[in-house]
Order: sequence, then structure tokens, then C-alpha cells
Amino acid sequence: MSDWFARQRYLIDYAAASLWRRKAKNLGLWAIFVGLIFILGSVILFGSAIRREAGHVLAGSPDVVAQAMRMGRHDFALTSDIDKLKSLRGADRIEGRLWGYLYDTSTAANYTLQVPSAYAPDYALAKGEAIVGEGVARLRKLTEGRYLFLVSPASKFLKLKITKILPPGSALASSDLVLVSPEDFRAFFELAHDQFTDIAMRVRNPNEVNTIAGKGALALKHYRFITRSSMQRTYEALFSWREGLLLAMLVGAMLAFAILAFDKASGLSAQERREIGILKAIGWETSDVIRMKLWEAGLISLTAFLAGMALAYAHVFVMSAPLIEAVLKGWSTLYPRFQLAPHVDALQVATLAFLTVVPYVAAVLAPIWRTASADPDSVMR
Amino acid sequence: MIELKAVSKLYRQGHVNEIAAVRDADLTIEAGKVTVLKGPSGSGKTTLLTIIGCLARPTSGRVRLDGDLLSGLPEKFLAEIRRKTFGFAFQRFNLVAGLTAFENIMLPAYPLAPRYADLKARVHELAETFGVSHRLDLKVDDLSGGEMQRVAVARALINDPRVIIADEPTANLDSERAEQFLGIVATLKARGKTVLMTSHDPRIWSAGVVDRVVEMADGRIVGAS
Repeated sequence: MSDWFARQRYLIDYAAASLWRRKAKNLGLWAIFVGLIFILGSVILFGSAIRREAGHVLAGSPDVVAQAMRMGRHDFALTSDIDKLKSLRGADRIEGRLWGYLYDTSTAANYTLQVPSAYAPDYALAKGEAIVGEGVARLRKLTEGRYLFLVSPASKFLKLKITKILPPGSALASSDLVLVSPEDFRAFFELAHDQFTDIAMRVRNPNEVNTIAGKGALALKHYRFITRSSMQRTYEALFSWREGLLLAMLVGAMLAFAILAFDKASGLSAQERREIGILKAIGWETSDVIRMKLWEAGLISLTAFLAGMALAYAHVFVMSAPLIEAVLKGWSTLYPRFQLAPHVDALQVATLAFLTVVPYVAAVLAPIWRTASADPDSVMR
Repeated sequence: MIELKAVSKLYRQGHVNEIAAVRDADLTIEAGKVTVLKGPSGSGKTTLLTIIGCLARPTSGRVRLDGDLLSGLPEKFLAEIRRKTFGFAFQRFNLVAGLTAFENIMLPAYPLAPRYADLKARVHELAETFGVSHRLDLKVDDLSGGEMQRVAVARALINDPRVIIADEPTANLDSERAEQFLGIVATLKARGKTVLMTSHDPRIWSAGVVDRVVEMADGRIVGAS
């Protein structure tokens, strides 16, 4: 076994020297390899981290949300309907929620206005007070104690004192959020006292969520019941779709790399062929030559893969992915500004390694095999 | 002892441009002697040398080394024989460009994976013998023709082979360097090595160190003295 290691060490020595001797070609190839892994790795790391982030956000959302429907459109929920749901066994914290969107013409941005849950005392607000998300504060240059002025579509004016700014850590869900009191919300949107945007419920037994939602649907036939897991799937699909879109755009780049890598890696120069002949003539076995070339290809592709992934990691988790965030986060004016929690999906990274390192090594191997298995007598001539 | 029996080598066999480089060669090369294959260009000297050195297989005929049949052995065994039994010094030296003289001399030993310290000591010993120890750290591209040849001979000896094969070793050398080379051959012979060379250089055939000259023409052995 130690002989085997010693032999590999000699082969690695030769492979490293060989790479260095053709440094212009190999460095160029390496840089392109790193660039490709960097872009693909960034998309994959960002995609998996943001899906995880969305999962965390949804973890704090209600188990079931009930939305009233009329003619296939979203309608207001009523206090009488909330009362009907309260008779369902196993469900608690049933409350009507107030939230809606406001297009702010002065900043050309959409805000989400919302009334905090009665079960979240930390966010309780008095009339005339507001808590805003990081994006809104940034856009309107707000700090605690300052005032936010909003104009409703019906030209109603609302003056709100900022009591708190939500931390950037929760920005994926709260960047565009403006939390207000129920009184201000109803007055601003001219909403009747028994109307709500939708109904939220908590289910005590997680295994009963679908059953409770089904019972609710029987009690309120004109409502649709959305469970948290179905919301999770929707988020996943949304971010996967965006990730897929970006990857589709990168197919051209991947193809160009494949052609370049194949051309560079598979095309043995006359000098390389002669060198293989010399090595065979002086006693190297075909398998020694192939192993040495595998080490060469492995050193290029693995170091390029690791460097590309390290750069992608820094790009996504240190610099917040400036090159791809616009596509992956969304197209809103209020891009959430937040630091993704580092999360690496090992399976996806392994897949990327498999799809880049393995074809490269295979592209190297085929011509080497042909050259290395020929008789070395040509070098005598 | 190396024995060749009815050895032929055809290139592009079965095609209209088929070439018979060696035809029906019978030859015995004695151990510990210096043998020279002489003849004009295209006479088949180099082809015969490649067959003896296991660098190519004969199209027909048999090659034996100390009674063991070499022709027909799988490539893996041929590589091992090349590594352990033969040392090659090629006409154009065939050193690996971009590597130092030191690295070039070590190359045949890599597959044997000796202890690095032992290998290094052996390289220095050979470099000392052939007068290139002061050039070991230079890339072979920066060496003179004579230095390259001595590095090539040192490389041929790194695994301490029994047989040294040299193809037109003086083709690129002036008289002084050719004399130096013959001195090296004498040293090898004194160490009990078998030396087999091709040459159409009269300085080689007529050298006192040479025991036997085999003459070739048109792929056939036409005489021996």
C-alpha cells in the first residue's frame, strides 16, 4: 500500500510539473472553469438558501388560512364566518386578519399594510403608530420617532409615527411591510367593522391540519382553505422556477464551456503525444500515463470546482449575491436587503460536481487512452 | 542473451503502401558485449532496435531474452521489461522539455517508486559519472547537445538496466563529443552492461570498444563481423 502511495506521489509530482509547464493553456482553462462553477454555484447556493429562508418565514405563519371567494375572486371574510369556525374542535387562535397592498406613487413602490396579530403583543400598536420593514424605512428614509405619511387610493391621508423598524434578518417577508393599528387600517381603506381580509387558524395537532381544513371547507363552502404546507410548496415552486429560469439562461454558457473544455482537454498537442511516447519508452505503463493524466485533470477540475464554490459561497453569503439577486429575489422596487443564512445543499453541490468534473475528466481520458495504449516506437523516429 | 528468429516487421500491413522494414532477421546478441547495427538510412536498423527493446512488436518471428519469449507478451509485461531490463538513449535524446536535467534523469524510476532520498543519490552519482552534475538544475532546453546526450545516457541507467540501447548516438555530435560517448560506452561495458547501438558513423564501427558489427540493408541482415 505504501508503494502505491509513493507511486501516486511521483505521478502527482509529474502531473503538477506538467501543468506548470503548460501554464498559459491550463490557467486559461482553470479560470473559465472557476467562472462557470462560480455562476452555477451562486445560483444553486442562493436558491437553496432562499428556499430555506422562506421555509423559516412560513414556520411562523398560521397553520391554515381561510379566504372568502366570490366569483372566483378573493372576497372579504366576515365576523359571522369567523364565529362559525370557532366551533371546530382542534382549532384555536382563530382570528380575522387585516392586510392589503398600497401602491405608493411618490416612491413607485408597493407596500403591504397589515394589522399585527392579537397573539403578537410585541407588535401591538395604538392608533397613529406604525412599525415598518427595512425596505420601507430605507426608501422613505425613516427612523424611529419620525412620521410616515400615506395617501390611500381614495386620497385619504394617514400620518403614522414610527415606533419600530423591523430587523433586516426578517426582510424576505417584511421588507415592504407597514404594520398599523386596526382602527387606522379600517379608516384608511374604508373597511366596515365586520370585514377582514382573511381568517387565520392554528391547529393544535399538526397531523390534523388537513382534516380541520376539510371540516372548515364544509362549514364555509364559499371559502378556500390554504394550509401552510401548500404555501410552502408554492414558495418552493416560485424560487425553483426562478432558479430554473436562470439556469436555463446559463445553458449557453455551460455548452460553450463543454465545447471549450472538450477541445482543450481532449486535443493532445504533438508535444504531449511525443511526451507520452517518451514516458512509455522509458518504462512507464499505459496505466501510469493514464493515472498521471487523471491527476492532471483532477487537479485542474477539483481545484477549479473548490475555488468556484468558495467564490460562490462568498458571493451569496458574504456579499448577498449582487450579480443574481435581481432575478432570484423578485422584481419589486423594494428588493429585500438581507443576509442569507449560510446553507449548502450537499446533494445539489454534488450534482454540480458530477456534471462538471466528471465530463471534464472523461474528455481528458479518451484521447490519452488512445495515445498511451499505442506502441511507443514512434518516439524512436 | 537476446535471440531473434525470423523476425519481420511490416508497416501499413495489407495496404497498397505496405512497407517491410525488417525481413526474416536472425540475430544473437551476447550479454556484456557492445554490438553495433550499421547500414544506410531505411535499412531497418532502428526498427530492429525498437523490436529488441520491446518498443514495438514484430509482425512475425520470435524474440527471446535469456530464453524467455518476449514477442507476444501483453503490454503491461513489456513495459516492465523496458523499465527493468533496457535503458534507452534516443537519437534526438527525447528528453522531456521544460523539466530540469535532474527531473529527466529520475523519470524512468517513477513507476518503481523508490525512496526519494535513494533516487536523488543515484541521480547525483550518475550525473557525476557523466560530468553533468553542475547542470542538474537547468532545464534540458538550456543544455548543449553533448550535455543533453549525457543526461539521456544517465536517464537510461537510472534503473540500472542490463542492456543499453542507443539509436544513432553520435549523429548530432562533433568528433570530441563522439569520443566522449565512446568513453561512456567503454565504462558501461566495463560494468558488465550489454550495449546495442545503431550507427552509420564509421567512428563508431571502427572503435576498439565495439565487439561486433551487424550490417543491414533493405530490412535484411546482410553480414556480421
